[in-house]
Amino acid sequence: MKKLFDWLDDRTGYRKITKEALYEPIPGGARWRYIWGSTLTFAIAVQFITGMFLWMAYSPSAQTAWESVYYIQHEMKGGWILRGIHHWTAQAMTILLVLHLMQVLIDGAYKAPRELNFWTGLILLQLVLGLSLTGYLLPWDQKGYWATKVATNLMGLVPWVGDDLQRLVVGGSDYGHHTLTRFFALHAGVLPMGIIALIGAHIYFFRKQGIHTKKPHKKKDGMFWPDQVLMDAVACLAVLITVLVFVRMFHGAHLSAPANPAESFPARPDWYFLFLFQFLKYFEGGREILGAIIIPGAVMTFMFVMPFLGGWKLGHRFNVFFIVVLLVGAGYLTWEAMDADKRNPEYQAALVQSDKDSHRVVELARGLGIPPEGAVTLLVNDPKTQGPKLFAQNCASCHRYDGHDGLGNEPADPQSAPDLLGVGSREWLTRFLNPEHIGTTNFFGNTAFKNGQMVKWVNRKLKNHFKNESEMTDDELDDREELNQVIFAISAEAQLHYQAEVDAADFPDADDRKDLIFDSACIDCHNYEDEYEPGETDGPDLTGYGSRQWLTELISNPANPKHYGENNDRMPAFGEKQMLTEPQIGVLVSWLRQEWYEPGR
Amino acid sequence: MTEKEPPEPTSGESPDDPQRRDFIKQAASVCVGGAVGAVPIAAGVAVYLDPLDKEATGSQRVKVTSLDGLPDDGRPRKFSIYADKKDAWTTFPKSPVGAVYIMRTGEKALKVLNVVCPHAGCFVDYIARDDEFFCPCHDSSFKKDGNIKSAHSPSPRPLDELKYEIDESGAVWVEFMNFLAGQKEKVPV
Ligand code: HEM
Ligand code: FES
Repeated sequence: MKKLFDWLDDRTGYRKITKEALYEPIPGGARWRYIWGSTLTFAIAVQFITGMFLWMAYSPSAQTAWESVYYIQHEMKGGWILRGIHHWTAQAMTILLVLHLMQVLIDGAYKAPRELNFWTGLILLQLVLGLSLTGYLLPWDQKGYWATKVATNLMGLVPWVGDDLQRLVVGGSDYGHHTLTRFFALHAGVLPMGIIALIGAHIYFFRKQGIHTKKPHKKKDGMFWPDQVLMDAVACLAVLITVLVFVRMFHGAHLSAPANPAESFPARPDWYFLFLFQFLKYFEGGREILGAIIIPGAVMTFMFVMPFLGGWKLGHRFNVFFIVVLLVGAGYLTWEAMDADKRNPEYQAALVQSDKDSHRVVELARGLGIPPEGAVTLLVNDPKTQGPKLFAQNCASCHRYDGHDGLGNEPADPQSAPDLLGVGSREWLTRFLNPEHIGTTNFFGNTAFKNGQMVKWVNRKLKNHFKNESEMTDDELDDREELNQVIFAISAEAQLHYQAEVDAADFPDADDRKDLIFDSACIDCHNYEDEYEPGETDGPDLTGYGSRQWLTELISNPANPKHYGENNDRMPAFGEKQMLTEPQIGVLVSWLRQEWYEPGR
Repeated sequence: MTEKEPPEPTSGESPDDPQRRDFIKQAASVCVGGAVGAVPIAAGVAVYLDPLDKEATGSQRVKVTSLDGLPDDGRPRKFSIYADKKDAWTTFPKSPVGAVYIMRTGEKALKVLNVVCPHAGCFVDYIARDDEFFCPCHDSSFKKDGNIKSAHSPSPRPLDELKYEIDESGAVWVEFMNFLAGQKEKVPV
């Protein structure tokens, strides 16, 4: 064995190198204040290791980036831990960078002869921030997509070459496959290579000049190994444990809904860039270049000059003062940005909505599988989440859904058309035919039909049907039962899935059910199964009332002869006027009929 | 530590004498350092090993052809199989997953063979001249019933036979699946 090592040493000289690496003297002994550089090196190593393994499962393209990260996070064993470590170590690194920088500045370790050390450190800082920025886009979720889009759009501010620069970074005029391939090559190739080269230089310069120690020395001189190494290792352990606590708490890292260019998301960068984001708000249009490029550039340039000032006592004080002001300022801006968001109800609502979407899309991906077009289509075609949004945008200025706009908010405009929760169901029709309800805002109260024939008829003919049962005569009870049968028969036309069982139980024979409708007073005014010529009746056709087709035709054009004809109140022809696409109407109809994928249904 | 000691000159000592170093400190450094390094590596390796954990694809019942589409003389015909395929995160509806040879062996009896050679996975060809299946990769030859023909064939087993069903309309349904190559037994993948 010894011979083998001797041979190896003879050929490589490894003993001398390890000796030099380990037995570096530390005047004044090992100290906790020297740990920051080592924790950063450790964090970078963690990122390289976890990044490499993520790479084995990650696929950079607009149809597969989110999907592969979803697969890592939710389907691969231990994937969420791996992704979580990469995510949270990136966050920890930002903090460690600031601490390292503070220690170097306060202790004066940046001064001559360590200028090169300091400069390589500053470049490393920017490379790491570059990795965070490029990494943020890689999952191709709403959060990363919109935040990064804002960042690259700001590049357009660079004088003369801004547009070209932006096009090069984005890989085209708009976000897509090449944005991801380029960002990923930067993230996993170019920037890490730069980091390796600069860390090499950084550590070489550090060893060349020896450690800069903080005076006074309170202890005996020590050695890097094992005194400082042990402290460093313990510090790394503390960093790792902190990271693991966050990984556990957040079950890895958050993945918001897949990027959707048609659905904006309130763009916010990750927390460590928030101060820049907030800083920009101080510059009015046309002058953002000051806040986005000139001032941050000037600050960076000044930091590069710091070692020259540091040789001079007052200069050193100024440097420290400058960095403290910078950090306090950045801290204040961060707080200001967070505070503004906290008090912004629209932003909070958007967050809640985005959270719902991110849960829902995972449910859909698991239950229905992800189609080759990508997971974004799962959400776009999902009635449960899209229905309410379409309703809020297009219908809620007049209608309500369970008293709200579909999303749970109070619309600005007063209600002037029926509440559509459960439209076509037995409960809905029963309330509609109740004299106490039909004239309220929940039905025809604020419509042109308020004093129409239907309301009059209900008030005249059905007033005894909805009395308290204990006050009804036997005849009235019979009438009520008869009315119920007609209501149920009409409601069955809707073929609502949630009523399928009672429909089938109550009406085993379809013809018997139809006869109930034919024989009812409804057919005095409403058409049913071509009983009348088209246009001969005023009320909407009851054939397939509340069914998919009926609702689709109504939304496409409520003024068609089968529905309200010339009597149509204000409702626009969403389909014929191309205010909504056919698939959008389909989604709305499915939502109103409560037809959507539900796990275990 | 408050007492002030004059800094010892480091050069006078022999720093390269490891015996003098505190052994416990060294051991602790190695353990802690090893542990913090092991965590990210372990997380990565665990995820890398994930494929070992996933279940076999199993079989899919696929409608391939109709009885009328098969020659009466018992010649094999090759059919591509289109089925729903799940590839990691993507679900592909009706995409190509493989191919089979189907031949008549009786009025309502068929033989269905997976075209994949059990040796190393090439597609075998039906050679009408010799009335055999021949693998162009390493020259395995199979009789029409799928059994190995020439003793020189490297294939460890006959061609993989698949189950089928003929419904009332005469449509042929195949229980399509693949098996591990190179094994003596048929192990589904
Ligand atoms: C200092 C080094 C690095 C930093 C600060 C960093 C930062 C980040 C960040 C913030 C993300 C987004 C994570 C998320 O929230 O989902 C990310 C994702 C990713 N990074 Fe890194 N990274 C570093 C190094 C690397 C390296 C060296 C590689 C590959 C060799 C890599 C591969 C990846 C991959 C594949 C993803 C996408 C997977 C995902 O988002 O979960 N990273 N990185
Ligand atoms: S693969 Fe067929 S003989 Fe080798």
